[in-house]
Amino acid sequence: MINLTINSLNVSVEEGTTLLEAARFLGFHIPTLCYMDGLSPYGACRLCVVEIGEGPKAKLVSSCTYPAEMGLNVRTASSRVRRARKMILELLLASCPQSKTIQDLAAAHDVRQQRFKQEYEDCILCGLCVRMCEEQMMAKAIGFRGRGENRSIGTPFDITSDVCRQCGGCMYVCPACQLRCTYTEPEKAVCGGCANLSPPCLQKEQFDDMMCYMDPCVACEIKKD
Amino acid sequence: MKRLKSIDDFKALQGLIIADRDPSISTIVIPAGTCGQASGANDLMRITKRELLAKGLTDKIHLRITGCHGFCEMEPSVLIEPQGTFYPKVSIEDMVRIVEAIEKGEVLEDLFFVDPETGVAVEKQDDIPFFKKQVRTILARNERVDPIRIHNYIESGGYSALAGVLTNGKPKWVVEQVKSSGLRGRGGAGFSTGLKWEMLAGQSNGHGKFLVCNADEGDPGAYMDRSVLEGNPHSIIEGMIIGAYGTGATEGVVYVRNEYPLAIKHLVIALGQARGLGLLSDDILGTGFSFDIKIVRGAGAFVCGEETALIRSIEGKMGEPRQRPPFPVQKGIDGRPTAINNVETWANIPIIIGDGAQQFAKIGTKGNSGTKIFSLVGKIKNTGLVEVPMGITIGEIVYDIGGGPVDKAKIKAVQTGGPSGGCIPAQKFDLPIDYDSLIEAGSIMGSGGMIVMDENTCMVDVAKYFMNFLKDESCGKCLTCRKGTQRMYEILDDISKGQATLEHLELLEELAEVVKDTTMCGLGQTAPNPVLSTIRYFHDEYIEHIKNKRCPAGVCKELITYFINENCTGCMVCLRDCPEGAITGEKKELHVIDPSKCIKCGVCKSVCKFDAVDVN
Repeated sequence: MINLTINSLNVSVEEGTTLLEAARFLGFHIPTLCYMDGLSPYGACRLCVVEIGEGPKAKLVSSCTYPAEMGLNVRTASSRVRRARKMILELLLASCPQSKTIQDLAAAHDVRQQRFKQEYEDCILCGLCVRMCEEQMMAKAIGFRGRGENRSIGTPFDITSDVCRQCGGCMYVCPACQLRCTYTEPEKAVCGGCANLSPPCLQKEQFDDMMCYMDPCVACEIKKD
Repeated sequence: MKRLKSIDDFKALQGLIIADRDPSISTIVIPAGTCGQASGANDLMRITKRELLAKGLTDKIHLRITGCHGFCEMEPSVLIEPQGTFYPKVSIEDMVRIVEAIEKGEVLEDLFFVDPETGVAVEKQDDIPFFKKQVRTILARNERVDPIRIHNYIESGGYSALAGVLTNGKPKWVVEQVKSSGLRGRGGAGFSTGLKWEMLAGQSNGHGKFLVCNADEGDPGAYMDRSVLEGNPHSIIEGMIIGAYGTGATEGVVYVRNEYPLAIKHLVIALGQARGLGLLSDDILGTGFSFDIKIVRGAGAFVCGEETALIRSIEGKMGEPRQRPPFPVQKGIDGRPTAINNVETWANIPIIIGDGAQQFAKIGTKGNSGTKIFSLVGKIKNTGLVEVPMGITIGEIVYDIGGGPVDKAKIKAVQTGGPSGGCIPAQKFDLPIDYDSLIEAGSIMGSGGMIVMDENTCMVDVAKYFMNFLKDESCGKCLTCRKGTQRMYEILDDISKGQATLEHLELLEELAEVVKDTTMCGLGQTAPNPVLSTIRYFHDEYIEHIKNKRCPAGVCKELITYFINENCTGCMVCLRDCPEGAITGEKKELHVIDPSKCIKCGVCKSVCKFDAVDVN
């Protein structure tokens, strides 16, 4: 067992436990976007950062990927952490303002405005869909392509993937268009502008009827102009 | 080549090679690294060979083709041994004369290097100010070795350190030596190499361990690693074998960029020769110790220089960093313990083992021992590779070795550490160069790029340039690095166009701090350095751009206008050269630039002989 302190509380966890799991075990809330139980942690959204270390060696690490270490002193909501989270949410809002999940997170962290040039992107590249496809659906139909600002998710050469079974798992986990599939009653599904995600491995026409209750989709309407 | 079966065999071969050579025979040394070949060393090689063959001088004059010696500004150059005569910028005709002169035992005074400060011609390489202040433990070996001839390397003492280690060194002793030498990783982070090896040696050896040479040099304007790999590949191989002996590693990998064809070629030849002689692969020198090295070619992603991304790239996956811990020494290539060191670090190992750790630790300062190679580029007279002891000041490199500014404009700053480094202003040029003081000054040592900038360089533009590089080269995994660099670039672009406000500058700083704090790997954590260091030292320039919409250096196109002053003689040169036809005027009359047509390309300014074009 590994002993560490989280926000001055002592906790013992098994080896291999991540800081996020340990903090949640104690009931400390840490916001996440790219983390999901059952999928391997990835550390892309950086929302889950926590502060570790002392004095000049103190640093922020993503709690979803950082393993618990003996004697570690973790702060899950220090001023440095809060400042970083606010800036991350501002960056997310600036790029992907239509996501209900991101809007809610921003509101919860008292981010009322963003100061960058407004963009309307669909994808925050959290990689949940990629990991869902690979680890839970055993398909590996989609993956990351390119790097830097050209990074995107899709299939090689944008050709419909043979291994895709059209399970819809990728859409199910997407934080940018969650509402599309999680609500069973159409009237409750308030459209967050579902970001219009369309993995190129899918034939989108089939999905329109199957998954989306919003007709016409607000986001799709925005897109068409 | 006969495979050497024992250490005595090796010593006998080395003795034979050394005895075979007559040091009094004149040798023409032509540096023909990539830089040398680009400036014409290939022609010199051809001419020299032809001359020597035609005149039947092959017994009297030897020719040695080597890697880069460092003085790239003066290439193609020729060095005559044993006298040490140095001829800069040699043409084909000069080469014929040089061969003739050597034959007669003369020197050609008119071809000597002329010191631009004093105007005095200097004959010997060692007397040239550029070389005088350097301590060239690694680069000097480039001069002595033809990279594709292993006998050359053995003759200059190569593989002796390995033979010594195999004869009486215990693995622990090797690690202890490297540790006590105080060698710190030359890739930039400055982690103690000995400590890293100790950790690797301490890992269980169940499924093998890896040693990696990181030759994925990606900083714009930096080429130290390329030169060492091209000029002396055997020193890397020897270093890695010694490292493997010390740490118990079983496999070695050299991860080199595919953009370095000559380095790869030389390395492949060198590996083949080392295997042929029994210095590599199974049962090295009959001692039963086995280690082999393979080459993995990188596809040109800057981020693959980062340890964990490099490992993924070697595994054949997408080059993208992962969380550390677990560190590569615990879990590296295919989950096996892996130690990654930079090219220059490996090149230092045979020197440490051969000369002794104490000797090595004497160079440099406490905690920062040894020498470091910098590639000195930018607005400076003597561009090239300089190898200096740690702790030398920036001023000494820039003025004493580099020879100061090219023209009248004063030197304003140096940028160290590549895109992840920062700018250090001229007021701080008495700063000693070591890992810690550079970090304190807001920059990093990096792998050794050093770009000199003068008053005609706009610091906002510099920050923008590096941010543009980083936003393309970020792997894109972390949101803060991917979006952060894009947004920083966006704000810098606005500032350079005069569209930003003071709030934007605040936001830029705030964002830079967060990106530095929250990103996973070294690339993202250091990406804001160009922004933060320029804001710290050149705040006025930013304010000038934002408040007065003026670019003091006259670089940011949106903020400058070109106009012609009364110096104009009406020679019509600029008028003819203007690509947009924006200049009007008659012969021998003052010309005028039409600002609505002008695209601010600067052609008129560069062609004007009378200083008549001004930038406002």
